[in-house]
Amino acid sequence: MVRSEPRALQLNDQGQLKHFLTLDGLNKAILTDILDKADSFLSMGEQSVKKVPLLRGKTVVNLFFENSTRTRTTFELAAKRLSADVINLNIETSATSKGESLMDTLQNLEAMQSDMFIVRHCESGAAHFIAEHCTPNVAVINAGDGQHSHPTQAMLDMLTIRRSKGQFEGLKVAIVGDILHSRVARSQIHALNTLGVDEVRLIGPKTLVPSFFKEMGAKVFYELEQGLKDVDVIIMLRLQKERMQGALLPSESEFYRLYGLTESSLAWAKADAIVMHPGPINRGVEISSEVADGKHSVILNQVTNGIAVRMAVLSIAMSGQLQNKEKNETGANT
Amino acid sequence: MNLDLERTLEKMSQELVAYCAHKNIENPIVVGIHSGGVWVAERLLASVNTSEPLATLDISFYRDDFTRAGLHPKVKQTLLPSTENRHIILVDDVLMSGRTIRAAMNEIFDFGRPSSISLAILYDLDKSELPIKADIVGEVIHLDSKQKIKLSGPEPLAVSLIQT
Repeated sequence: MVRSEPRALQLNDQGQLKHFLTLDGLNKAILTDILDKADSFLSMGEQSVKKVPLLRGKTVVNLFFENSTRTRTTFELAAKRLSADVINLNIETSATSKGESLMDTLQNLEAMQSDMFIVRHCESGAAHFIAEHCTPNVAVINAGDGQHSHPTQAMLDMLTIRRSKGQFEGLKVAIVGDILHSRVARSQIHALNTLGVDEVRLIGPKTLVPSFFKEMGAKVFYELEQGLKDVDVIIMLRLQKERMQGALLPSESEFYRLYGLTESSLAWAKADAIVMHPGPINRGVEISSEVADGKHSVILNQVTNGIAVRMAVLSIAMSGQLQNKEKNETGANT
Repeated sequence: MNLDLERTLEKMSQELVAYCAHKNIENPIVVGIHSGGVWVAERLLASVNTSEPLATLDISFYRDDFTRAGLHPKVKQTLLPSTENRHIILVDDVLMSGRTIRAAMNEIFDFGRPSSISLAILYDLDKSELPIKADIVGEVIHLDSKQKIKLSGPEPLAVSLIQT
């Protein structure tokens, strides 16, 4: 029972973000703005007082229906550095009663008068559902919904690329691994195309990289050597071991042999290629230890960049909500 | 209205030197507020007796108008050493409501407890909305509602009066 398009729901009347649900439909200016603001927040990490008053007095609720320590912690850190008060709620939910229990949960939370919900859920569309049904002036940030979208992860990946390579034009970017089940990959493909890279390549076994992904503006490769040739950025995705039972792959070692990023397969890419991974990494499954810890790897930078990007997204969304509220109130008074 | 920029800066430099001597201010940190304040501070730094390099402040995250104006698009770098027990000379190009200076002081205090903060302003528009006054003033300028003053720089540094 979804009435509005996620992309339209995200923007206020002045075209500013007031929720952050998906990168699909956001233009280059909006994405670049997030990266620019994240850059400013990055330099804050060097100071001894790592706090600015932008979200002072605001209550931010981490609504995690799916477990995640890393993402939840970085969102919490981001909100606290903006001086917000943070509440963490880990809610177990059963898939069968999803719609109803989500509404109930939401209504109960509304009594707490929060200003922002950061939502992670196993069902695609969950963050959008919450954005549609929560009280006005509350910002909703998608921390990952089912297989649909993980916009903040994609944005921190974009920031990492920009900081390493300087610009997006002319870059060949390869995403390797379990594309089919990856919400991160979908968001990354949108971002890379919107920001104007030369080529987006998806590499993996046929069972995990269906050809319909070409419609999203990507080239599909089933052989690692071909796919990595002349590539500037390599993003390795986590192979979710639980998928092994579905006979989508023969075995972990088979995957590593064909698609694992080792020093020898890395040599097929450009000499100054960078290696990324959203984490947590499975050493010896997607990537070798030498590469993960080597000089091409920017995996740890991604983590630092994640806090800055989330600070940017939280302040932009809160600002969009506040300006919307101001405009409505002024309009009502004239 | 005197808009002879070079003469005003010269006058401010001399007054600043005398002020520091009078107040026994040693080795201060000169802090310019982006962007105009930084350009003015660069000029004043030359005459101040200090070994400290120029510090810069961007107050975007400390503004009081987040609700109505949102987050400022381009945030520049704040480069400030520890302010603990230091004398600060805060510099800006224009003083109007005083809110920028309020934000700057809040930010300075996040870097430590300064011994003192003195304020040097190139153009005081005499329109304060807060109890904030400059210690060194280049010129007091009274504008009518249709006029604006604008500093451009850093090279060449120039001031212009704009009719809106």
